Amino acid sequence: MLKRDTRDPAARPRLLLGLLALVLLWPGIHFSELNLSVLMASDSQREMGRFVSAFWPPAHDAEFLELLGQATLQTLAIATAGMTLALMLAVPASLVASRALSLSAASHAGRPEYLSRLLRWPVRGLLIFLRSIPEIVWALLFVRAVGLGPTAGVLAIAITYSGMLGKVYAEIYESVDQRPAHALLQSGSGRLAAFCYGILPNVAAELVSYTVYRWECAIRASVVMGFVGAGGLGQQMDLSLRMFAGGEVASLLLTFLALVLFADQLSRLLRWRLA
Amino acid sequence: MTLQLTQVSVTHANGVQALRGLDLRIGANEQVAIIGPSGAGKSSLLNVLATALRPRQGEVQVLGERAWELSARQRQRLRARVGLIHQSPPLPLRQRVVTAVLAGKLGQWSIGKSLLNLVHPLDVPGARAALSRLDLGDKVFAQCQQLSGGQLQRVGIARVLYQAPEVLLADEPVSAMDPVLAGHTLSVLCRHAREHNVTLVASLHAVELALEHFSRIIGLRDGQILFDLPAEEVDREQLDALYANEQLQSAPPPASTLSVQIPRC
Repeated sequence: MLKRDTRDPAARPRLLLGLLALVLLWPGIHFSELNLSVLMASDSQREMGRFVSAFWPPAHDAEFLELLGQATLQTLAIATAGMTLALMLAVPASLVASRALSLSAASHAGRPEYLSRLLRWPVRGLLIFLRSIPEIVWALLFVRAVGLGPTAGVLAIAITYSGMLGKVYAEIYESVDQRPAHALLQSGSGRLAAFCYGILPNVAAELVSYTVYRWECAIRASVVMGFVGAGGLGQQMDLSLRMFAGGEVASLLLTFLALVLFADQLSRLLRWRLA
Repeated sequence: MTLQLTQVSVTHANGVQALRGLDLRIGANEQVAIIGPSGAGKSSLLNVLATALRPRQGEVQVLGERAWELSARQRQRLRARVGLIHQSPPLPLRQRVVTAVLAGKLGQWSIGKSLLNLVHPLDVPGARAALSRLDLGDKVFAQCQQLSGGQLQRVGIARVLYQAPEVLLADEPVSAMDPVLAGHTLSVLCRHAREHNVTLVASLHAVELALEHFSRIIGLRDGQILFDLPAEEVDREQLDALYANEQLQSAPPPASTLSVQIPRC
């Protein structure tokens, strides 16, 4: 009797779905040729141990710290400039690509007309094209075009990230309650004003959170692109790795950690302010 | 004629026919209440009158213009002269009350002024005046999420009062208020309509409120007009016919049919 009262009808489907996920995971591990036993082999452990033991103590002589400071500033500048350029393209593109601003949707119970749906596709296609090519490829291309240095990194981030930001922004606009904006459109307001008054208040925190997260990603991306000569911490990392200077690598890694922590705190602060 | 519908039919996306060949004429400065059982098409009718919903058939004339033969830009200009009070006020919860009320004039403001107003409210006295008429003068700078359902509904009304439209449409404007407040709010609406020569059309659940405040009563049932009379000529028999419901009048529902569906997560 007690058993019947406490039985949860959702328990069995959940168990089955969990098992199914495990079954699907297995081919993934198999095809990626993941072999964890390599880590247990004694000579690879010794090799890794020697590499990691050189990390201590992190390099902290004045000359290297000055170099590190400059590289950090350059990385931050690359990420910020790249994000700014990306936003200049992503914000207008997301407004065009999103159905949230459709005037016809407001009077057709949320569904835009076929023509306006068709017009959104070129913009969506552009955003897909921009983000489908990895930033490292753009960076290699621009290093050829504008030479070694931060400019290539900035342009590569601007192009790839405008595609990502535009797509996600457009989807964030559509994910919130559309009635406030529709009500404003139905009382004669323009699209941009309806967006700012009806949708922006509800999506602001989400937008800021995603943008700061992407900025954090841009910092990491600029580091990776440094390896192909686009300046910043990455270029320094490349040099230090080539010289087997473990202490310098450790200092660089600690700097990354500090930057990500900083971005995280910034995002928390902004979200708290907007909530 | 301020509002004129000719053979208007509305079918929702789910196939439900909300209005069936409706004819309706409402003159300037009239005060009309629409009553009827839930699902009768009251909201659809008001949305059609507000040009918020395009009927599948028929012609909609608002303020002397054929709403759906205008260009999109002209229609937006027409919509700025019509105000619709929604049953559940469509306000972003993170917006301040003052911004929500001032948004009523977006249709009349330029985009520059609208954006400036978002950063710094340009007409705080105007918003405060509209809110004070509904006893919300002290909530000007509150956030919408701090208000109760009845207070939010009044903020929605204050927005439309601030918009100052020539046609005021209200879809169950007092459904979340207690009877005293509902009566007060309706009298504010009616007085505003009289003082500013505004045509007022409201749908209401409470028949007594409709008979008390409005001069013309339209009974709507199954998407058709059952009666359209001056308030004093509406009698018990017509109301019984309007709200007649075979399912509810049959024996009280058996209490043992507890087939609760537990949603799967």
